[in-house]
Amino acid sequence: MALEKSRVNRPLFTPFNIVAGIILIVGLFLTVSRFWGGLGTVTNLDNNNPWGIWIGFDLLCGVALAAGGYVTSAACYIFGLKRFHSAVRPAILTAFLGYALVVFALNFDVGRPWRLPYPLFFSQGTSSLLFEVGLCVFLYLNVLFIEYSPAALEWLGYKKIRNFVVKLTLVLTIFGVVLSTLHQSSLGALFLIAPSKLHPLWYSSYLPVFFFVSSIFAGMSMVIFEGSLAHRFLHHKMDKTHLDESLGVALGFGKAASFVMMGYIATKFIGIASDNNWHYLATGWGLWFLLELIGFVAVPAFLYAVAVRDKNIKLVRIASILAVLGIVLNRLNVSVIAFNWHLPSSARYFPSWKEIGISLFIVTIGIIAYRFIATKMPILHEHPDYKNDH
Amino acid sequence: MEKVFYTLHDFMIYSEGITYLLMGGILVFLLLFWLFLTDSDKKKRTF
Repeated sequence: MALEKSRVNRPLFTPFNIVAGIILIVGLFLTVSRFWGGLGTVTNLDNNNPWGIWIGFDLLCGVALAAGGYVTSAACYIFGLKRFHSAVRPAILTAFLGYALVVFALNFDVGRPWRLPYPLFFSQGTSSLLFEVGLCVFLYLNVLFIEYSPAALEWLGYKKIRNFVVKLTLVLTIFGVVLSTLHQSSLGALFLIAPSKLHPLWYSSYLPVFFFVSSIFAGMSMVIFEGSLAHRFLHHKMDKTHLDESLGVALGFGKAASFVMMGYIATKFIGIASDNNWHYLATGWGLWFLLELIGFVAVPAFLYAVAVRDKNIKLVRIASILAVLGIVLNRLNVSVIAFNWHLPSSARYFPSWKEIGISLFIVTIGIIAYRFIATKMPILHEHPDYKNDH
Repeated sequence: MEKVFYTLHDFMIYSEGITYLLMGGILVFLLLFWLFLTDSDKKKRTF
């Protein structure tokens, strides 16, 4: 009763609601503008730069940061690390929303949304990496929807279907890991076709390995980051189990992310060595590359390690923010910033405010959807009817 | 100064050589980093 009362009394015009409302209204106008007038009305894309931040940020970063879903479920159900169980549902939800928004954002870039199923069902380009990525994302989005559905079914009270879906958990987890391994690496492999366009420091025959390995620590860092946001803004929705396990989840994932990040740095240097690109490190691009690799990978990896040794949760959270920013920077470097690097600055791409507006619109939809689901459904707490049912 | 190579063989010998040396160094570094990372776990042991 008290909860109902507080819900009724909650003010509509909170700072979050006002900002989100403005972004959504502007985003809707921009959406109409994009689909009515075409790409040219809202983007700075041209024949030299056929993709921009809708691919570099919305798609590449979205997919990498949604990797927490397969990493967490694999840790819990395949490696048997049950102490991470409380992190599975938030991670799966983030991954599901992330992938759903990746597909949503893709419609802005390619246009004609009703043609989206064509490459899968009518005209398969089986020799294309992009086809493989599309197929994997399509299948994995379905897998994530089924993995997420027990929370919705518990909320709706469909006990029988929920119990059936829960039995599929292990199969879905294995399927998710296989699909993620395939498309996370293939997203990097897409750029292998453009050795003359991508700067040599970012171009490497190991690009698929870089993308896959970085997705692992991106996912872990995102789980930690999202956990700290949940602690701050949805603390009242977290039950005792989730609160008790959150420290272990952050430290455990921080430890794993730290070691994987060091491995990633090692493979990056092996990439430079095998192509003998050392001399590029002394250029401006080299400094930018080192900033990405040292400032946003080595530093957070070291901070994670120190935080794990000292059991310092604040430091783990700071490291997770740096690591997430590092992934965003890496994906933007590969797809936009270091792409077409040889072009004169007048021919380079810089996103228009409308492109940034659409990206903000999509991220805002994700945050609102996450908040709605985490508030209503048993994501950060266990449903009373299914306590200890795992 | 960028090293000049006249044959693919020269290039492969040089770049592969550096890569193998680097891999040896990485192996040692990762082992030391693992010990640094897991140091607090060992402190808990009482045997």
